[in-house]
Amino acid sequence: MKKNWPILVVDDEDVMCESMAAWLREDGYHVDTAADGQKAVGLAKACDYAVCFIDLKMPGMDGIETMMEIRRIHPDASVIIITAYATVDTAIQAMKEGAQEYIVKPCNPQEISMLVSRILKLKKLQNENAILRKKLTRQYRQHDIITKNPRMQEILALTQEIASLRSTVLIRGESGTGKELVARAIHFSGTRADKPFVAVSCAALTETLLESELFGYEKGAFTGAASQTKGKFEMSAGGTIFLDEIGDISAKLQADLLRVLQERRFYRVGGSQEIEVDVRVIAATHKKLAEEVQQGRFREDLYYRLNVIEIKLPPLRERREDIPLLAEHFAQRISSELAREISGISAGALKLLIEYDWPGNVRELENVIERAIVTCRNGMLEEQDFSWMPHHGGESQSWEVPDVPLGELERRAIVAALERKHGNVKEASAALGIDRSTLYDKLKRYEISH
Amino acid sequence: MNAIYLVAIGDVPEQVMNWIENAASEWYPLPIRRLPALSIPENAYDPKRKQYQSVEIMKTLAQVAPQDAHRVLGVTDVDLAIPMLSFLFGQAQVDGRIAVVSLCRLHQEFYGLPANANTLRERTTKEVLHELGHTFGLVHCQDSKCVMSLATHIGLVDSKEEKYCERCGMQLVERFSSLEAEV
Repeated sequence: MKKNWPILVVDDEDVMCESMAAWLREDGYHVDTAADGQKAVGLAKACDYAVCFIDLKMPGMDGIETMMEIRRIHPDASVIIITAYATVDTAIQAMKEGAQEYIVKPCNPQEISMLVSRILKLKKLQNENAILRKKLTRQYRQHDIITKNPRMQEILALTQEIASLRSTVLIRGESGTGKELVARAIHFSGTRADKPFVAVSCAALTETLLESELFGYEKGAFTGAASQTKGKFEMSAGGTIFLDEIGDISAKLQADLLRVLQERRFYRVGGSQEIEVDVRVIAATHKKLAEEVQQGRFREDLYYRLNVIEIKLPPLRERREDIPLLAEHFAQRISSELAREISGISAGALKLLIEYDWPGNVRELENVIERAIVTCRNGMLEEQDFSWMPHHGGESQSWEVPDVPLGELERRAIVAALERKHGNVKEASAALGIDRSTLYDKLKRYEISH
Repeated sequence: MNAIYLVAIGDVPEQVMNWIENAASEWYPLPIRRLPALSIPENAYDPKRKQYQSVEIMKTLAQVAPQDAHRVLGVTDVDLAIPMLSFLFGQAQVDGRIAVVSLCRLHQEFYGLPANANTLRERTTKEVLHELGHTFGLVHCQDSKCVMSLATHIGLVDSKEEKYCERCGMQLVERFSSLEAEV
């Protein structure tokens, strides 16, 4: 394992280089040596050394210059400056220029051994951290939003186009359609990816709680405010704040939010000092905000501030071709998380899933798959594993398509939906998976009175 | 057949050389032979540090190595060091031919304690097995009981056992089999 951590020893004294290299090799490290700064920089171009021991005094390029050149190539290189004499000035300069340590030779073997293992431990943690960050970033890239639906693919292309902009985004879509996933995809694909992504569910909190949650508060701002606390806007500095269910916030918070969007400044609750913040705002709602504006429940100016870029996510029933893909994906992921051996989903079970309307959308599908995996007994998700789902069972399986033109089928489906929903157009259009305006068009076309 | 050669550098008691010969022959399936004792190379002495540079001693060992020397282990009573480190119990070329062990800091007297032959024998055996292990490609072992674990002070030498751990032992056996195949 230590072979993965190459070490460079740079000294103009051959005996120093060779003896130090030999000692480190006994510890299992791969060690290269260089007799001057130029050679060291040349070696560093070809190899990212985990640790570089560099002698301070060398003819030509000295230790600090060599270190700076190497750090230009590898900014995270760990450098240990070696000197025969301890001088405070050079020690300070070496540390200022980025040396990890400064040691006076000769030193105790234990000291060097501990120093190297401490640096490598830190390197290992840094590497792990980078891998985890990369994994996290990959997790929310567009490739992980599973779809072959053309509308969704257009949306994904749009998320890439807008990822590096600062413009506010409003994501609309029914509950469970993946609004937060799209917001994360935008954040993690753009220039803010290495900064925080902070999600706040506005519907989950009361007005006062949400206010302090968003903007933070000063000590003594209210009973229980024992210390100054940063809000989500401050926590997401440089990154993205995702305000879910924005349509549910109070008139006061709408005004406060408008101010943040306009001026990029706010006050903590109980505070008198303005705080400036660079945050990208992505908001989401299941409501039709334009209608909320018309009815006076949502500020028009805030609506336009939020709705700079609008993304409307289709419900799952309008992208049925994605159901098998998503179901297989969830089955694979959840079975591995729950350590259950599930080889797949039978064709019959998939048919059931495709035909279901999914009012709770992708989230509901995920939950359904999880429940089926928990109760599944034979290693394959079969129809009976989904028998508890609404609108499924013998009836759907024995449903026969009457021999009539397609238009007539549609007309009958609309009439049946209106009957089931007792003439409620909104509910009938939801059940049919179409907009209310589309339903009105069809009612006119098929001359259906209701 | 190639052999492991032992050579005293400076004043090393015969008894100590016998301990070393026994320890080496117990673990290494090669003939163990002696070379005539060498005087300490003058250029190895560092008057400022009053110590001897191990690199110079190893160079001398490489010069006197016979044709059939598979490995050459030098043993000296002087205190060894390298420019970077304040002292060494010994040094070896990893996967190379040359190694050296210093007895200086293995004596109880070095730490102001009364001499103890048994302690010296144990410590010498451990250091000899450690440095020879390096020449056969072993690197420091994480098992603190293994003779191949890194000892940066005498306490760590004492806490090791006079043997290779299972993993290092297996590596040595594998190495010996490849040597037999080469022969």
